[in-house]
Amino acid sequence: MSENILEVKNLRAYYNILKGQVKAVDDITFNLKKGEILGLAGESGCGKSTLASSFISRKKPLEYVSGEVDLVGHEIMKMDEAEFKKLRLKTISIIPQYALDAFSPTKKIRTFIKDLAHQHGIKTDRAFMEKVEERLDLVNLDKSVLNRYSIELSGGMKQRVVMVISTILDPDFIIADEITSALDVSSQRFVATMLANLRDLEIIKSAIFITHDLSILYQIADRIMIMYAGNFAEIAPTDEIVARPRHPYTRALINSLPKVGIQYHDKRLSGIEGTPPHLLNIGDGCRFRDRCPYAIEKCEETPIREKVADNHYVSCWRWQELGSDLNVEE
Amino acid sequence: MSKNNKNEVVMSVKNLTKIFKSGIFNPEYTTAVKDVSFDIEKGKIISLIGESGSGKTTVGKLILKLINPSSGQIIYKGQDIAEITDKKDTQKYYRRVQGIFQDPFATFNPLYRVDRVFDMIFDSYELGFSDKDEAIRKVLHDVNLNPDRTLGKFPHQLSGGQLQRLLIARALLMDVDILIADELISMLDASTRIGVLNLLVESCKKNGMAVIFITHDLNLGYYISDQSLIMYKGRLVERGATKKIYENSTHPYTKMLFEAVPEIGDRWDPEEEFLPEQVVGEVKDFYQNNQGRGFVEVEKGHSVLFSDE
Repeated sequence: MSENILEVKNLRAYYNILKGQVKAVDDITFNLKKGEILGLAGESGCGKSTLASSFISRKKPLEYVSGEVDLVGHEIMKMDEAEFKKLRLKTISIIPQYALDAFSPTKKIRTFIKDLAHQHGIKTDRAFMEKVEERLDLVNLDKSVLNRYSIELSGGMKQRVVMVISTILDPDFIIADEITSALDVSSQRFVATMLANLRDLEIIKSAIFITHDLSILYQIADRIMIMYAGNFAEIAPTDEIVARPRHPYTRALINSLPKVGIQYHDKRLSGIEGTPPHLLNIGDGCRFRDRCPYAIEKCEETPIREKVADNHYVSCWRWQELGSDLNVEE
Repeated sequence: MSKNNKNEVVMSVKNLTKIFKSGIFNPEYTTAVKDVSFDIEKGKIISLIGESGSGKTTVGKLILKLINPSSGQIIYKGQDIAEITDKKDTQKYYRRVQGIFQDPFATFNPLYRVDRVFDMIFDSYELGFSDKDEAIRKVLHDVNLNPDRTLGKFPHQLSGGQLQRLLIARALLMDVDILIADELISMLDASTRIGVLNLLVESCKKNGMAVIFITHDLNLGYYISDQSLIMYKGRLVERGATKKIYENSTHPYTKMLFEAVPEIGDRWDPEEEFLPEQVVGEVKDFYQNNQGRGFVEVEKGHSVLFSDE
């Protein structure tokens, strides 16, 4: 119990719009251990970013419906905003998706950092600025960046500055939302590795790394969770999920990734036919069933989350029966 | 893949250079593309790979005549496209050379039904189909779209992948010679990406269309292309058959790209200190050590830029 930083049980968070409810996060259960980086992957609209916002921003039209979220002993879904604000940066922090656009073009980086710290009630004394400089050094940035404007920095450099700010108070739990997606491959590697380094140095105690890119998660995540259309699909240790996925969607997702060394002329990769369902007022049943080659009548009922092995869970009616069939190399 | 040597060159890019000028009184000059040369062959796919600021999109824009080169030529059917100035000839050029860009939602006007992209080409060009609707339905089938579920829809009712397929269908209908696909699939999900890529390759093979596939993603570039061009800071640093470049990469920048690309089944070495900034120095050393060699063929069909003069 105590070694878990985060415990999420049957979390439901919907968007309330005029036409009804968009069930973007629907019955999600998982935990995050101390020292762990959990990768969260899925296609656009699968609810991965919504899951993160349900923890941290909790703004309308997103509405918490039910379920429990325990973050180092705090029942955060039951807290009001004033109470929750005390946890920000120290206990929970986020490196947001559009961080690269967050900088003010008319402010020097130093001013930007100071303003931000003030907003969180942090004193920007010499000790604080020294810590900032230390951390900049850690991400291989010279302290001279503090005197520069954001337009003078490359995307990769900006992302590193954002990482330094987000982790400055050594948070227990950090959400990294698509932090590598807008970067060049060379910066991607650096930034992703950096997140793992921050964990190794115990500057952050745990992280959820949200991305659509499974191959980056393979590099640094300890476990990977796959979501599909607002539902939980599968969670397992990284090597396990890549080698022996149990959910047909996980398998299809891995199969659709090209690798260096595979050319169209040698081996045709296949994608997944069709598109994800609309989540507006969606009914029961496995949400992947319309695209799933293994779908049967039973899939009209919502699958339950079952244990495959230690740390490996899946939501698919046919996981046991399909088992190895799913993993035959073509 | 056919191994015949009668590769027909449809376009030659020769020593292409583009310098952007900004400011009026104290103008600053930025060399976006410098001395880039390559041939485009009928029915082949060329990947143009590079990171942001490498000049890859500028090359695409130059070929599409969206901007004019500072020097160098783009020869299409024996003519320098810079000489194409009057409206009628320009339209003739666009009849055969087309582009598809990253964001399909920006390409389509949200106020019109998607059919409009077809209406527009039928209005502008004499495509020689007796039955317009029949032709559209057939080509939609070819790109795996159901005409009944596509035509009459507004852009927001279709997915990004479907819209990109629609644009490929349009290029096929026009029977273009050259398609510039600039980050065509980078906004699509992994599961829909591959379908669009497969379609692109099939279209090339079937219709003899040549594609310049502009991307930052090495894996995707490797998957579909016959030839690859690696660009770094406006220069073409490595050029050749895709397999050769990938198996025998020589330029330090190309090597760095391969080291950084994430792959399932192959973990980055955690002991190795990887800094993206390092490549700048490595390239500089590489040029210094190979002074005066220029752009040299290192093996048949594989050339490398050894020095930057």
